[in-house]
Amino acid sequence: MSSEKTKSGTQKQDKQLNPRGRRAVALPPGEKAPEFTLKSTPDQAVSLSDFRGQPVVLAFYPADWSPVCGDQMSLYNEVLPEFQNLGAELLGISVDGVWCHAAFARDRKLHFPLLSDFEPKSEVARAYHAYREGDGVSERALFVIDESGVVFWSYVSPIGVNPGAAGILAALEDLQNKKQQNLQPQPQHA
Amino acid sequence: MKRDISSSIEHERLALPVSRRDHIQGRLNAPITLVEYGDYECPYCGAAHPVVKAVQQALGGRLCFAFRNFPLVNMHPHAEHASEAAESAGAQERFWEMHDTLYENQDALEDEDLAEYAAALGLDARRLMAEVLSGSYHARIREDFISGVRSGVNGTPSFFINGLRYDGSYDYEPLLAALTEAGEGRRE
Repeated sequence: MSSEKTKSGTQKQDKQLNPRGRRAVALPPGEKAPEFTLKSTPDQAVSLSDFRGQPVVLAFYPADWSPVCGDQMSLYNEVLPEFQNLGAELLGISVDGVWCHAAFARDRKLHFPLLSDFEPKSEVARAYHAYREGDGVSERALFVIDESGVVFWSYVSPIGVNPGAAGILAALEDLQNKKQQNLQPQPQHA
Repeated sequence: MKRDISSSIEHERLALPVSRRDHIQGRLNAPITLVEYGDYECPYCGAAHPVVKAVQQALGGRLCFAFRNFPLVNMHPHAEHASEAAESAGAQERFWEMHDTLYENQDALEDEDLAEYAAALGLDARRLMAEVLSGSYHARIREDFISGVRSGVNGTPSFFINGLRYDGSYDYEPLLAALTEAGEGRRE
């Protein structure tokens, strides 16, 4: 996807620059998504490569329990059927520990995994350029990763703003359209 | 659900224009259109309800108000049935009466309460409850919800004025001022 598209769900990359110079610039489209293996429960782990062949939505957020985070994850919980209709898997990631995630997910009745970027702390957030230096937490950063493990779309929201899901849905649809175009026979040119 | 006051930079336009599919109060071609995405169990929506009533009163025929369902059903266990009850009342031409009743009784949204409200409004309560329990209006409620997601709704209530997301306060004076401004220069 080009960075200058203005259709809903995509945006100019320069909008990701923080006027105060603090907000991270997320790993951009076209980059290979760094592999990771993180715990999703005290005795289960999830790797990005587990989902090769399908799109993955990675939603980094600063912390369990903070009001805006709750809103964002609760919203995604409700939109989950649409993500799934588009063939995508949703993974939430923060630096919280697995027991904290377990309590949070139970309280909010979340139906998707929360991954614990806990040890070494924030290693995955750093790899995705989604770490807030000094704050010790990840940005509110969204990634749509394509079937082959390449970043298709990324966005960093201001830390206090729930970015909603419009951008994710639009990116997943763009991805699906692109895939369908690639499947169609190319016109023959004489 | 606490509404996030600050805005997202993009996706600020209403993805699904107001049309005959919507529950509206006022004329579709009124100079000012206010759309609310709301959840009947959300306390912030409950707080906004009398404010919406008041701006409707103040603006009269200049305002068209549309309400769309945005139930956060995992967080609010009564929200889905409440939306179903409003839609079912709508099928019996009494959407707004049920809408008001639900917001005025947010602490009593059990199924038996819904049946009681239906009866009090003179509706066919048996039909309404059968529709609520079978999820007769699920597809429509989901369509409302997804239209909100695509419009950038990230919490409830979310308002759109003449198709643009309104991120200001939904206290009476600022909301009325924003609506009035949106209507300036527009003919009735």
